[in-house]
Amino acid sequence: MSDRPSNGKDAGRGLLRRMLPYLLPYWPFVSLAVLLVLIGTAAQLAGPYLTRIALDDYIAAGDMEGLVGLLGIYAVILAVGFGGAYGQAWIVNLFGQRVMRDIRRDVFDHIQKLHTGWFDRHPIGKVVTRATSDVDALNELLSSGVVMIITDVVLLVGIMAVLIWMNPALALVTFGAVPALFIAGWIFRRKIRPAFRRVRAAVASVNAFIQETLTGMEVLQLFRQERRRAWEYRKLNREHTDAHLDTVMCFSVFYPVVEMITAITVALIVGYGGSRIGAGELTVGALVAFLMYSEMFFRPIRDLTEKFNILQGAMAASERIVELLDTEPGIGDAPAARLPGHRHGALRLDGVSFAYNEDEWVLRDIDLQIAPGETVALVGHTGSGKTTLAALLLRLYDVQRGRVLVDGLDVRDWRVPELRRQFSMVQQDVHLFSGTVLDNIRLGDETITEEDARRAAEAAEVTAWARNLPDGLDTQLGERGGGLSQGQRQLVGIARAMARTSRVLVLDEATSSVDTETERAVQTALGRVIENRTSLVIAHRLSTVRGADRIVVLHRGRIRETGTHEELLAAGGIYRRLYELQFAEEAVLAAG
Amino acid sequence: MLDMWRRVLPYLAPYKRRLAVGFAALVLCRVFYLVVPQVLERAVDALQAGATGEMWTYGGFIVAAAGGSAVFRYFMRWYLIGVSRFAEYDLRRDFYLHLQRLPAAFYARFRVGDILSRGAQDMNAVRMVLGPGLMYPVETVFTTVGCFAFMLAISPRLTLVALAVMPVVSILMKILGEKIFRRSEVVQAKMADISAVVQENAAAARLVRAFVQEDAQRKVFGKENEAYAARSMELVAVSAALFPLLLALIGMGLAGSLVLGGRMVIGGAISLGELVAFLFYYGYLTWPMIAIGWVVNIHQRGAASMKRLAVIFDAEPLPAPPAVPEATYADRPAAGIEFRDVRFAYPSAARNGAASSNGAEPRPVLSDFNLRIEPGQTVALVGRTGSGKSTVARLIPRIYDAQRGSIRIDGRDVREIPLGELRRDIGFVPQDSFLFSMTLRDNLAFGDDDAPPDEVHRVAEEAGLAGDIEEFADGYETMVGERGITLSGGQRQRAAIARALLLDSRILVFDDVLSAVDSETESRILGAVRRASRDRTTVIVAHRLSTVKDADVIYLLDADETGATRVVESGTHDDLVAAGGLYAGMYRRQMLEEELSRL
Repeated sequence: MSDRPSNGKDAGRGLLRRMLPYLLPYWPFVSLAVLLVLIGTAAQLAGPYLTRIALDDYIAAGDMEGLVGLLGIYAVILAVGFGGAYGQAWIVNLFGQRVMRDIRRDVFDHIQKLHTGWFDRHPIGKVVTRATSDVDALNELLSSGVVMIITDVVLLVGIMAVLIWMNPALALVTFGAVPALFIAGWIFRRKIRPAFRRVRAAVASVNAFIQETLTGMEVLQLFRQERRRAWEYRKLNREHTDAHLDTVMCFSVFYPVVEMITAITVALIVGYGGSRIGAGELTVGALVAFLMYSEMFFRPIRDLTEKFNILQGAMAASERIVELLDTEPGIGDAPAARLPGHRHGALRLDGVSFAYNEDEWVLRDIDLQIAPGETVALVGHTGSGKTTLAALLLRLYDVQRGRVLVDGLDVRDWRVPELRRQFSMVQQDVHLFSGTVLDNIRLGDETITEEDARRAAEAAEVTAWARNLPDGLDTQLGERGGGLSQGQRQLVGIARAMARTSRVLVLDEATSSVDTETERAVQTALGRVIENRTSLVIAHRLSTVRGADRIVVLHRGRIRETGTHEELLAAGGIYRRLYELQFAEEAVLAAG
Repeated sequence: MLDMWRRVLPYLAPYKRRLAVGFAALVLCRVFYLVVPQVLERAVDALQAGATGEMWTYGGFIVAAAGGSAVFRYFMRWYLIGVSRFAEYDLRRDFYLHLQRLPAAFYARFRVGDILSRGAQDMNAVRMVLGPGLMYPVETVFTTVGCFAFMLAISPRLTLVALAVMPVVSILMKILGEKIFRRSEVVQAKMADISAVVQENAAAARLVRAFVQEDAQRKVFGKENEAYAARSMELVAVSAALFPLLLALIGMGLAGSLVLGGRMVIGGAISLGELVAFLFYYGYLTWPMIAIGWVVNIHQRGAASMKRLAVIFDAEPLPAPPAVPEATYADRPAAGIEFRDVRFAYPSAARNGAASSNGAEPRPVLSDFNLRIEPGQTVALVGRTGSGKSTVARLIPRIYDAQRGSIRIDGRDVREIPLGELRRDIGFVPQDSFLFSMTLRDNLAFGDDDAPPDEVHRVAEEAGLAGDIEEFADGYETMVGERGITLSGGQRQRAAIARALLLDSRILVFDDVLSAVDSETESRILGAVRRASRDRTTVIVAHRLSTVKDADVIYLLDADETGATRVVESGTHDDLVAAGGLYAGMYRRQMLEEELSRL
């Protein structure tokens, strides 16, 4: 999502090609809009011509009745013009909103496909910008951009036709300004493009910075670092302002230049037109009409460059949107993705090595086999790679070496959603969505009835404390679980897993913040859930893993010991040491 | 609208001089601009008189007038639009500084995505008011007055007819303007909802994938997305009428003046040149009238956005204590902490600052809560999940303020101690160990960025993090977070502990931090903390009883029948075990489990 420079035209064309599929389905909207544009333009063109008729045919001839008749014609034309313009604006916006909705949907859709590792590297604030402000900027490209440009081009062509028809020689003089305007526009574009890029980059970093500040606000305040943080913000804010000032300068120069070119053309029309009238080739009314048309003529050209302002922003925004849409999902269904013949919940890691960053191996040469229905506990020092191992089973990341097999099939050959549905995972840091407690247990799974969810809440001891909430289990929770403690959130996470009938249960420090009292109750319930499922239990508290069929000790990314609790204790290795350390203090007391 | 200006004007005040220069340029630009039809009038009349040879001279005058207009237009734009960017800078600064001062109670009510959207989209809408929203109305007024004067000079009667449409225009503007205002408010609120969904989705990326929630999330997003498009179209239905309606009404005026003016020319009341000049002045009025619509739009949007920003600007920071610095305070070695009749309830999670939906008072977590911690004591708060022990800890550094009663440090109410001084005195390790995306060194030295390297190394050692850091390729210079490596939960917790230890404060508070640390690391950290806390008051919130066995006093918190937290048992570990209460029960169970494990 970097704001990488692109090479002008090619990138523009590439973008258009990329955006075209979003526009094509709505071609009837666009063609209707163009039709309305034609009507509106014709009405606009009528004005100066009617003025010419009034001046030359009626006023010069002293024809009062003709003049009054002209008023009626004028009124009808204005009414038609209004209908055309309103209809066009409405339909263009409808078109823009539809396209935006589609792009937004696809952006969000694509974000859903991106793998977990991508989110480790991309600030949330920037992700939000892509789906909101950037798509909004794109709307300008559609409603103000595409159709308005068509409008302007139609108007330009119309004026040119009328001018040539009225007096070809004077028309040529008038058109002389066009190349000058285009050169001015070209220079302007070259200056404004990098300026807009800089603006976009500045906006994104300001947003990302505020986002991080908001997330870490409590720490920031407790450690009284407001001043330092504000100082850093100052730098970003300044860059934001400076970047914008660049664009202000570009426009401040450009508009006066256009004004001068317009004025020179008017002078030419008056000067040259005057001599033509002298020669009897032109009437005064036609000269006035020419002047009026030239006013009209430069407006679309001026607009085109103003639109360019908007377009430029939209281009930069769409570049970033396309970049996001083109980001490889990283993890997705292989072409030959399939399902295994049997699904029992057999897990196997076969020579697996994994690193988040190159050469910083988190797991090395892991061989581990877990039979269906077996409960395996994974213990080890903090940072030994336990959570990573669990993430690999669900294919939240892809391994660099070896393979991960679920029911005998390499996870890379599984259909991803099906693979993940085999698992129920309770993470240490349970994330809650906005919604009720019950919503958070069901989590969009419609196969779980409300009754199931309530039962799970009861078994996971959620009901017990949720009684204190205003609406019990139906209480709306704020962002990230609002005022719930980590322990309470963990219980919701456990209820979540209990409500599901997946074959494999992964408990990653699921009860680390739950007090021993509550944990006992939950353990009993979990015991029932574990019975028919393959379970992988990750815990520091060895008491929680003692009941496992097998305990695997992970140390510095390698499996160092495997066995039952008793076997491992007897072996006197790492497990023994972990165990002794944890219980040493109680042991002393018990002895005394 | 008035409210917006009341808030926005102070931001323009520092740029009075720039504004003055800008507006002066604007006036000069318009003066030159309005001269052009005068030249045309004379040219047409000369043509009528047959003096076609003078036309090039008139052309020259036109170029000269336009040149003057162009030069001043440059200054007008650069100064006036520039001011809006400077004022925006100040506004953004104040917005940010205010965010930093708002307490946790505020952040419990507002979603991060919502605040972000206010700080971006709404901020921009307000900026538009300060730039184009200021420049165009003045330009409009000046142009209008100028044109009006010239038109009156040509013919008052003709002017009256031409401008007959004006009252209609202004009434329509007002009606449409109000509608647009209300509808754009709705649209902007919908945008904030979309932001919030994306924000939440990205924050929960791992969970969404693990639970195959992609489709459910798509549905949630799809709903908001459709709603936004629908609300936008409701806005368009009104706003799309604005411009075409103006054009049609202006056209009516033009047609009317053409016909009446024509009669006057035929009748000899005015010259043809005057009619042409009149039509041009009338044409000059078109843009200002269109600009009115546009400016109205900018101002409506701006006012709606300012209202949304005001909700944040008006949110109250923690009340500051009266300024009474006490010199003797810092001399005392350790601090005593006392909770006196404290009542506390969490603010409801109602969004956008609205009052809680059912109107009911949220249930208090603490009610008439009393606790006394002696200077230098190591005190443990234990209890079941949700028993309120974290709340107690969080009240000490004023993350939240108690609604009734007081928390006192060395006898002083915490609300009377300057916030900076209070927090300087407390090393707090929060439950969720947030680290900033900066280097590990900077994160550890977060509370004091002047800390010498060996201080940083010492606290890393004490928190049991030094070994991990040495294994990173970049050591202490390793970047953490979004732009760097992902630390494990335990590593983050230990970093948060080291960060608090570095403060070397008189009070140390651990808000249930050792949960993600294994017991080996835990005992190592606790050992280091104990050594460091000899002359400190230490409050440890914990689940694991082994964590707190050595505490001077252990307080067991539990909810009474009303749901409010009480200290149900207190004493040393041995006392509590001997007392045979709830603590002893909890402990006995741990013992039993241990004995079982030894079989």
